[in-house]
Amino acid sequence: MSAMTDDSAETARRAARQAEVAAALSRVLPASAFLVRREDTAPYECDGLTAFKAPPMAVVIPENEDQLAAALKLCHRLSVPVVARGAGTGLSGGALPHRLGVTLSLAKFNKILKVDPLSCTAVVQCGVRNLAISEAAAPFGLYYAPDPSSQIACTIGGNVAENSGGVHCLKYGMTLHNVLRVRGFTADGEPVEFGSDALDSPGLDLLSVVIGSEGMLAITTEVTVKLVPKPELARCIVASFPTVESAGSAVANVIARGIVPAGLELMDQRMTAVAEDYVHAGYDLTAAALLLCESDGTDEEVAEEIAAMERVLEESGASRIEVSQNEEQRLKFWSGRKNAFPASGGISPDYMCMDSTIPRKCLAQMLLAIQAMEAKYQLRCVNVFHAGDGNLHPLILFDANDREEFRRCELFGAEILEVSLELGGTVTGEHGVGVEKLNSMCVQFSPEEREQFTAVKRAFDPAEMLNPGKVIPTLARCAEYGKMHVHRGMMPFPELPRY
Amino acid sequence: MSAVELSRGSAAGRLRERILDARARRVSLDLRGGNTKSFYAETPRGEPLELHELTGISSYEPTELVITARAGTPLADIESALAERGQCLAFEPPRFAAGGTVGGMVAAGLSGPARAAAGPLRDYVLGTTILNGRGELLTFGGQVMKNVAGYDVSRLMAGSWGTLGILCEVSLKVLSAKVDTATLSFEWGEERALAELARWSALPLSLNASAWHEGCLRIRLAGAAAAVRSACRKLGGAELDAGAAARWWESLRDHRHEFFRLSEAELAGGECLWRISVPPATPPLEQAGFIEWGGAQRWWRTRAPAQHVRALAAAAGGHATLVRAADKPDGAFAPVSETLMRIHRALKSAFDPDRVFNAGRLYADL
Repeated sequence: MSAMTDDSAETARRAARQAEVAAALSRVLPASAFLVRREDTAPYECDGLTAFKAPPMAVVIPENEDQLAAALKLCHRLSVPVVARGAGTGLSGGALPHRLGVTLSLAKFNKILKVDPLSCTAVVQCGVRNLAISEAAAPFGLYYAPDPSSQIACTIGGNVAENSGGVHCLKYGMTLHNVLRVRGFTADGEPVEFGSDALDSPGLDLLSVVIGSEGMLAITTEVTVKLVPKPELARCIVASFPTVESAGSAVANVIARGIVPAGLELMDQRMTAVAEDYVHAGYDLTAAALLLCESDGTDEEVAEEIAAMERVLEESGASRIEVSQNEEQRLKFWSGRKNAFPASGGISPDYMCMDSTIPRKCLAQMLLAIQAMEAKYQLRCVNVFHAGDGNLHPLILFDANDREEFRRCELFGAEILEVSLELGGTVTGEHGVGVEKLNSMCVQFSPEEREQFTAVKRAFDPAEMLNPGKVIPTLARCAEYGKMHVHRGMMPFPELPRY
Repeated sequence: MSAVELSRGSAAGRLRERILDARARRVSLDLRGGNTKSFYAETPRGEPLELHELTGISSYEPTELVITARAGTPLADIESALAERGQCLAFEPPRFAAGGTVGGMVAAGLSGPARAAAGPLRDYVLGTTILNGRGELLTFGGQVMKNVAGYDVSRLMAGSWGTLGILCEVSLKVLSAKVDTATLSFEWGEERALAELARWSALPLSLNASAWHEGCLRIRLAGAAAAVRSACRKLGGAELDAGAAARWWESLRDHRHEFFRLSEAELAGGECLWRISVPPATPPLEQAGFIEWGGAQRWWRTRAPAQHVRALAAAAGGHATLVRAADKPDGAFAPVSETLMRIHRALKSAFDPDRVFNAGRLYADL
């Protein structure tokens, strides 16, 4: 009885607050620039992490910076949390709405303002799609290097928020390495610029904390990105390995030889079968693991590097090596890897994608540990890794309608992350913490380190209005997690203080 | 994962005691690694705190392309350990005197001639362990290439001039030392040199460094042997002897080239060395000086007032740093907007609430 009263009281309070905020929004924005009705806001209830949903109180879709600033000032005055959203393709719940907050859709900031072939830069609004930048730069022989697998849909603003990577970031770096300047707004609606069109800026390097801050420090509206010359040529090797151990050491051997491939990806046998079924790339289904190694550059560079990589792969025990002979074949080699996620979606109602990074030398050890976890949690897992930089994407297959299975899946994921930390890695390489990995942040960071993150947040956003509740877990949450989750009978870092 | 310990009697433990003591006495500490960059930035003030006790390479795994070292480790030690395994710090950190440390290198955040191609020092910082102004030992980032867990605090340390904390340990990404290099020179005026550099930057050449001074453009190509040879054929110019070229680039990196050497008399007479950072395609400015980084870094020797130099740089979309001068009444670094300054002050308070570290080294009120 009392629970129901609490619920309905909360619902009534929320409705009253919603009416108040909607009325205030209508005074500063045209009616076309915000949504309040549940049926209109429903598409914004989750991002790419669909297991987590929440209804926003309102969705604001500003058409220009003036409207954006007005909305931010208003939310700041009324203490309404603001959750920025790009294309909603994020995989960690970074754009999960706040029940008492406004979701700020930046979809209308979709213009490419300038492509400058002389300085090799482009100035784009935050809602421009990642791939659209490369398309606009193509006539000048240039492109934007970071290529998250969602690049056809994800926006540069979202990439800035997550410090997104992709297949080519082994050689060309993540978003941070390819962005010169971010223009945006502070939580209280003041315009601000981090970085500049020069190669550096005076003062502290704030750009490096803003990139990857998951919308918690400022709202991005405009970005200057670096463009790089399109390589004359790219060729790809597909190498089969009889064991995951030999594939893992081949990765370390390639890197040890001083080669930085344009891409170095690993798929395990089950992933290969799933991808092959989906795209018919002609993969070797008998291999325990496949490596895709790409070389790009001038004709001479590629010839030299492909030969060097072939030698290393052979020495590492590859049972079959195929080198793309033309662009069509190269794209075919990549088609399975690029479709790994949708292909996995085809064989299971749901999957949970993990994103930890470990030292490369531990790749095989990790794959074997995951195989053991499959038995332990009675769930299947397919593995596709950005092996060259040690970034794992195990996809745990499950059925979200089965709560018990979902719980096992979460434990499975948490164990992968904890093993990654034990191996000297990190819980997220490119997808971000969002809400998904809050618990794992308790394990990776000490209370003092988490408190320092909070202090950084408050330095940019003293009232903590931008995307509150993401990335940094509260002390209480970590205490709760510590109590319920004792890792295989022992805490992962017994020497750390716990609260 | 840090090898730094905070136990009583450990080097970091003793530093923590100094921090807490300085906090209690409300004095500022002047953090010193090798004390080779005291002329750069604002003049150091406060009680000197030597950091050379935090020394030694904690781990180095060539196959992981990562080196982790205590911050007081001499840069020379790092570079010789890397050279033994055919690796290097790709951003070519400058050294202005012998004895510089890896912590000082990160705190200053400076990069050398290869920066335009290889990226800045900041890009190579993978993790740091720091002591903050409360004496807490904190580790951010790590030893892996991709890491987005929490805010990227370790990269914020790059170029912070010791104002946020004491660097205790740093992990850096290292790369294979390029297999082949060639240096070409062209007798071109400033305008032509800038135009050609802009044109080349959009082409897939193995362009690794560039420098123009007094009618001569030098460029360094680095990469696979075949690619370097083919770029040499495409570009023309005169090829320099490899040994002489290497020495010349080093003299530029370390400011031993005569252009950068201002005598006491010249300094006393008001001459200054300015570093002007502008978008690379910026046309010739009022003075040519020395041009690096494909046009993005320009050095001036001038007696012109600070306001004039800064206004010119700002008009081009960049900023100007007063590097060498008898004194710096208008500040070493260009001022930032009021909104950014508010964030700077708040970040300073977030890391160092009692202003213990390097007071005034970056900006007077930090």
